[in-house]
Amino acid sequence: MASPFAGHRQTEAVTAHVLWMTTGLSCEGDSVAMTSATNPSLEDIILQAIPGMPKVVIHNQVVDYANGADYAQAWFDAEQGKLDPFVLCMEGSIGNEEINGDGHWTGFSQNPDGQPITMNEWLDRLAPKAAAVVAIGTCATYGGIPAMKGNATGAMGVPDYLGWSWKSKAGLPVVCIPGCPAQPDNMTEVLLYLALHLAGLAPAPELDDALRPKWLFGRTVRESCNRAGFAEQGDFATEYGSDHRCLVKLGCKGPVVKCNVPVRGWVNGMGGCPNVGGICMACTMPGFPDKYMPFMDEDKYGRAAAGIIQYTYGPIVRYMRNRNITTNYDKEPEWRQKGRALTTGYVKRW
Amino acid sequence: MATVETPSKVMVKEMSWDPITRIVGSLGIHTEIDFSNQTVLKCYSTSMIFRGFDIFMRGIDPRDTHFITSRICGICGDNHCTASCLNQNMAYGVKPPPLGDLAFNCAEAADYIFDHAIFNDCMANVDFCEQMVKETNPSLLAKAETTAAPGGDIHGYKTIADIMRSLNPFTGEFYLETLHVARYTREMYCLFGGRHTHPSTIMPGGCSADITHQTCTDYYVRLMRYMDYVKRSVPMHDDLYDFFLQELPGYDMVGFRETNLVNWGCFDDPDYVDYDYRNMTDWGRKRYITPGIAINGELVTTDLVEINLMIRILLGSSYFDGWENEPTFVDRDPLGNPVDKNHPWNKVTLPKPQKRDFTDKYTWVVSPRVYDKRTDTHVCCDTGGGPFARQWCTAKAGLVDFGYVKATGHSLQMVLPRSPTMPEMELEWKVPEKSNAVERDRARTYHQAYAALICMHNVERAMKEVQAGRTKSWNKFKVPDTAVSCGFHEAARGVLSHHMVIRDGKVANYQPYPPTPWNASPRDVYGTPGPYEDAVQNTPIFEENGPDKFKGVDIMRAVRSFDPCLPCGVHMYDGHGRVTKQQHTPTAMA
Repeated sequence: MASPFAGHRQTEAVTAHVLWMTTGLSCEGDSVAMTSATNPSLEDIILQAIPGMPKVVIHNQVVDYANGADYAQAWFDAEQGKLDPFVLCMEGSIGNEEINGDGHWTGFSQNPDGQPITMNEWLDRLAPKAAAVVAIGTCATYGGIPAMKGNATGAMGVPDYLGWSWKSKAGLPVVCIPGCPAQPDNMTEVLLYLALHLAGLAPAPELDDALRPKWLFGRTVRESCNRAGFAEQGDFATEYGSDHRCLVKLGCKGPVVKCNVPVRGWVNGMGGCPNVGGICMACTMPGFPDKYMPFMDEDKYGRAAAGIIQYTYGPIVRYMRNRNITTNYDKEPEWRQKGRALTTGYVKRW
Repeated sequence: MATVETPSKVMVKEMSWDPITRIVGSLGIHTEIDFSNQTVLKCYSTSMIFRGFDIFMRGIDPRDTHFITSRICGICGDNHCTASCLNQNMAYGVKPPPLGDLAFNCAEAADYIFDHAIFNDCMANVDFCEQMVKETNPSLLAKAETTAAPGGDIHGYKTIADIMRSLNPFTGEFYLETLHVARYTREMYCLFGGRHTHPSTIMPGGCSADITHQTCTDYYVRLMRYMDYVKRSVPMHDDLYDFFLQELPGYDMVGFRETNLVNWGCFDDPDYVDYDYRNMTDWGRKRYITPGIAINGELVTTDLVEINLMIRILLGSSYFDGWENEPTFVDRDPLGNPVDKNHPWNKVTLPKPQKRDFTDKYTWVVSPRVYDKRTDTHVCCDTGGGPFARQWCTAKAGLVDFGYVKATGHSLQMVLPRSPTMPEMELEWKVPEKSNAVERDRARTYHQAYAALICMHNVERAMKEVQAGRTKSWNKFKVPDTAVSCGFHEAARGVLSHHMVIRDGKVANYQPYPPTPWNASPRDVYGTPGPYEDAVQNTPIFEENGPDKFKGVDIMRAVRSFDPCLPCGVHMYDGHGRVTKQQHTPTAMA
């Protein structure tokens, strides 16, 4: 029998490099989180877990065996066109290196004059050669915390620097995977998807206006939160911790935040934010953090919406449901009992 | 810095490793190595990233500080978040319910067992793996092939070379197992902290996780799997490190420094802690890890108030301007003790980007030091990568005794419970004579057992609270108009302090000092090199490769033993350094 997998051999022979730059203005939390991914895991990607997927070589300084110049060589090779195709992952925001004289906000490796090569320079050198540029984490996507009001570095996101309509040589816009850090599986899954895309096994990822993959960021936190039922009934928590009701009045920004953490959890399905008791602080959003601070205060529109629910239909829905549950649904059918005769739901079939 | 006498016609080579990989953050190590004498003449530690948290945090609501400071670091983010909450608790005068304190302990101890596992065996110990030893010390690998591992009956590896093979990246059995361990231990963290590494449920006033019987059970079951792992891990690492010390005489000088250590202690006992600065001496000493400062091998204090007042932030080789002309925020602490202008409460961050110049300013890292009033000197202390300083001070202080761990004054005795596949086991970590690379790494593996026992003690206490129906884990508070506060904690890799000044209900000054500035600091204003620089300069070269193929593995082991974590910078470039001088004594580089 002819192997049904013969077609895979061609794509499996392709080597795609992932140059994961951790030296934007970042904390490397995305790289660290990536090591906890399980769907797929780092090993799944490196060991070509999916038939047909190309060989993926990940260059990331948190896990790489090589050091120093040996490690940095791949970046220079990519610049000279020796690594093709490659995906450039940027972690961390991009500082404005035009405002600091002879100095640098952040650099990686060095120029022949001994001075660090800034991220601005690296993006200028590599973005035109990359098959795709992926901005990982909210710093890289939209500026994030280093770009907070009052910052000293002029930090911004990759699309701010390259331009929101920028396209790679393979025709892809910047792919944004926001989150602070990005949800671990969101990162590895998109990388795997891009590898399949570059091998011609998947179409280009569908992105929304903020350049996020639609299948991951299409729903709000509220729309997938396990506490949303409380909100619907106008039932809101009044203190953090043991009160397991909706957290909106304690500062949760879930109703307006696009993020899939409530359904995906954090590590292997465990943990998360409002689904386990923590307020959503909107860390995936372009307006993060400035538009959501102070985090522990309720949003004024959220308060208005919650108030309307709380003082109109919410309590009625809750009352009716609870009554129905108590009087009807939370009880076994009345015929299943031992009275004078032992009755059950049994029906004689013949 | 050590004085190096070089004989004539030495071959001195400038070598840089930039970036240093398998750590978190951007770190560069630039050295001058004398290959004729196999010694390092000079070392500079540099970090190339500046974000300015303390600048953009001015004027924000103090209740946002734990959310923001968590983002300083991608691996110690939860440690920052916790330190900020301890700090805020002091500022607001709020004490969480016991379950809140216990939840913090369960979360943070789980972070340690995750962090030490992944750093030791997926990052640092790759320097001891078969592939690396084959490339740097082939004759040592040959010896390892024929050397039986003394603990083989427990950990299952027959020879030392088998241990090395198990640490090969992405193929070694123990390496792969550790990647897996590093996931379920982060699940443990998430049970109490919501997310790792930037938590969602760690708050001022307590923990906002929904803590139930299920939370505790999920945690406990994973912890017992970890007990199985750590019982194999400790003897395996002992065998590996002892082999290096035995086969390479003088290896105890790799990464050697004077025993100058800082450790702020961590894990408060809810029965004692009240978060009040005025009582900090007492509740600090009740911590499950005892705070302490060691100078020249002597434990000089375990008093957190005294420790607080000994901290100084110096400049010298950093891209910042001094703050001597800025207003002073705090001149007396809440007990009336005078506070120095160079104390974190009074530090003002004034960045001054400029070209890197190793004879002048070369890094974004500042130089924290300990002021020793007995000698009127600023002592350069390190964290020993965290576990070394924590265990050293705790063992010497002899205060900890919670049943599973006992500090004896010269050692830590631990008893690990029976776990799914392994019987009960006793371990003893003895205070080593030297502070060096191997002992820092060894302390880290023992600390996995220590932290696992802290997990166990605290989750058992948490279960008792939940079983008794005391499920409240958070208390209300009010932000005062003015406050002066501090939070002392330990990141996995060492000391972590947060100092805050509140004015008009807003942050007037917020100064976080993680372990990295202590360890990666450059030469300070007095010319004293930082710990990496000092330790590398003391490192003899055992690598068998000559200057042309030099990988610098001994230097890497020295640096990585500190568990560098520089989301504020390190880089190194290796192997192909240029020969700067072939010269007569004395070297012009001195």
